Amino acid sequence: MSDATPTPTATPERPQLPAQSPPVDPAETAVASDKAASTGKLSWWRGDGGDGAKRNLGLVGVLAALILVGAVTKPDLYGDPNWVWNNVLAILQLASVVGVVTVGMTFVIIGGGIDLSVGAILALAGVWCTTVATQSYGAAGMIFTALVVGICVGLVNGVLISYGRLVPFIATLAMLVAARGLAASISNKQTQVSSSTFINDIAARKVIGIPILVYILGAVVLAGWVVLNRTTFGRRTIAVGGNPEAARLAGINVRRHTMLLYALSGLCCGIAAIMLTSQATSAQAAMANLYELDAIAAAIIGGTLLSGGRGTIVGSLLGVIIFATITNLFAINGLSIEAQNMVKGGIIVAAVLVQQFQFKSVTRLLARNRVTTAT
Amino acid sequence: MTQHSRDLSRRRLLFGGAAVGAATLLTACTSNETPAASTQTKAAGNSEGNNAPGKKVVIGFSAPAADHGWMGAIHANAKAQAAAYSDVEFKEVDGGSNSEAQRSTLGTLIAQKPDIIVVLPHDGKEVNAVALQAMQAGIPIVNLDRAFPDALASRLVIKGDNYGMGVSAGHFIGKMLKDKGVANPVIGEIAGLEIPLTVERSAGFKAALATYGFTVRNRRSAEFTSDSGQREAAQLLQALPKIDAIWNHDDDQGIGVLAAIKQANRSEFFMVGGAGSKLAIDAIKADNSVLKATVTYNPSMASSAVSLARLIAQGRGLGDLTELQVPKEVTLASETITKENASSYDKLGF
Repeated sequence: MSDATPTPTATPERPQLPAQSPPVDPAETAVASDKAASTGKLSWWRGDGGDGAKRNLGLVGVLAALILVGAVTKPDLYGDPNWVWNNVLAILQLASVVGVVTVGMTFVIIGGGIDLSVGAILALAGVWCTTVATQSYGAAGMIFTALVVGICVGLVNGVLISYGRLVPFIATLAMLVAARGLAASISNKQTQVSSSTFINDIAARKVIGIPILVYILGAVVLAGWVVLNRTTFGRRTIAVGGNPEAARLAGINVRRHTMLLYALSGLCCGIAAIMLTSQATSAQAAMANLYELDAIAAAIIGGTLLSGGRGTIVGSLLGVIIFATITNLFAINGLSIEAQNMVKGGIIVAAVLVQQFQFKSVTRLLARNRVTTAT
Repeated sequence: MTQHSRDLSRRRLLFGGAAVGAATLLTACTSNETPAASTQTKAAGNSEGNNAPGKKVVIGFSAPAADHGWMGAIHANAKAQAAAYSDVEFKEVDGGSNSEAQRSTLGTLIAQKPDIIVVLPHDGKEVNAVALQAMQAGIPIVNLDRAFPDALASRLVIKGDNYGMGVSAGHFIGKMLKDKGVANPVIGEIAGLEIPLTVERSAGFKAALATYGFTVRNRRSAEFTSDSGQREAAQLLQALPKIDAIWNHDDDQGIGVLAAIKQANRSEFFMVGGAGSKLAIDAIKADNSVLKATVTYNPSMASSAVSLARLIAQGRGLGDLTELQVPKEVTLASETITKENASSYDKLGF
């Protein structure tokens, strides 16, 4: 999972902690131990933040290049500022649903896991909240149902992975198949139309010129950023993903934390289900097809490490926006989906290659520092 | 310590209670009771000609498990049409979710020796051998919609016309724009999943538009789902600030396409749908959206297949034709449903 060099705290024997140690905040300990691990020169804060900021700057550069390509290929459209503003909103609306899913996915991946079932959970929550029976409870009932279904399915994933000791890939793959199956049997393979004007208005309405969906995306991203960077939950997530054994020895309940991460991902899927149902004014079992791949790809090009322990919410958001911009760019130029998918694939490979290169040099540096301090 | 654990247990109780409550509420929410869906059948009321009860026949039926509205309608229609005849015994076997499953259940059906079998294969190529086997055993096969490559594998092929769907849509749009006198119109197309039938539909659309000297300006492909329809339509609208007409291949994904059009607040164009769902027909009749027409690819073909299977088994021909036997191939025309004729299609929407 983590790199080959063992961290000082990760000894195979039981910890030599005093039996009746006074209660310490586990996250503080984890951060402190990691500080010690990285020779005290680089704190998790600065090290992570500085690295992430540089990477995010690179993503903004890519985004600017994409917009430039659009402006060069379609000067007639980009000449109209009104159209450009509308296009920015269209890109953000396109990014909104996948963006919310990606926030949850980023947490799971930073925590050392993977969630392949996000698209399926989204579809199940969407279908469950648009059944005739649920719709009879009105918009509040629909929103409640979508959120609770998302959290519950996420919890099932989490329990299977952390307490049932299933590999995340397998557990969530099984959930992908099962959740879509359940969605298909609930909906009887029909498209369920949402008749709630409140729900449908979420995608159709704007507040101060900006679509409500974009506000929701902004709120979820902000909440995700605060939780990851300013709470013990977030710091524990990084500790658990970076080195689960060290995190456990530092007193973090790794299993419970892992379970909660999948529940969080499920919650994000529930929110996204409401958004997508609103956009399409309907739901069906096949909706949100392959969103898991979109979310993982966005998190990866956003700089989240697939093996866990590192990642930023802002980077993931930029990843989602870059993919949405590519889709938009190909649409306004009338190019085929096939070409678009090839370019997307190329960008993922390029991003991972760049990331691998940087990661290697960083770990090598850390390893060298560790050796020097040890001797 | 005790204080702490009591707090914990109370919290647990509250959480547990809330969880149980939510679970009960949610399970109550899976119900999807809607008024019984109507099916598309030909009434067998009058006892003249071919409708008159004849020899008692057993009709076998096999089609893929319903994975969307259209396939669901195929199953319902076949069953309802068979029930309308007093001289037909209907034997449906589970078509399963792949060719392998369908081959094995078809094998058991053949062993029961029905008079005739109606088959909609998962893939004509993969089920061809079993159909051939049935024909050799003296059980005629009526091949529904997806054709077997081997002509010997079926007595009758009855299918829809994907190319013709595109042609109908192209002619409707071409004629409307010509009548309006629009020169060099901007035409958008929202296709379905890029599988052979979608390619055929698009080819027909292109060919029909070409006869008016028009071309498709921008084509996006969705995935037959409403959310993908919304996504692609939103991008199409962004790409074309002014549009004259749009053809959307599928009415199910059309729910999302119409949502995107409403969300973008656009109405300067008209749209043609595809397939002929009940929702689309209602919208065309109400005439309160950009949807002005839809071209059919109708699951009523299952009803017709059962009717023709009955005639073949009873050795009768089609009343209006001179020949004594049912023809070998029937390709349904893709009909155009507009506001004017929508009411006569009420019964055929699915």
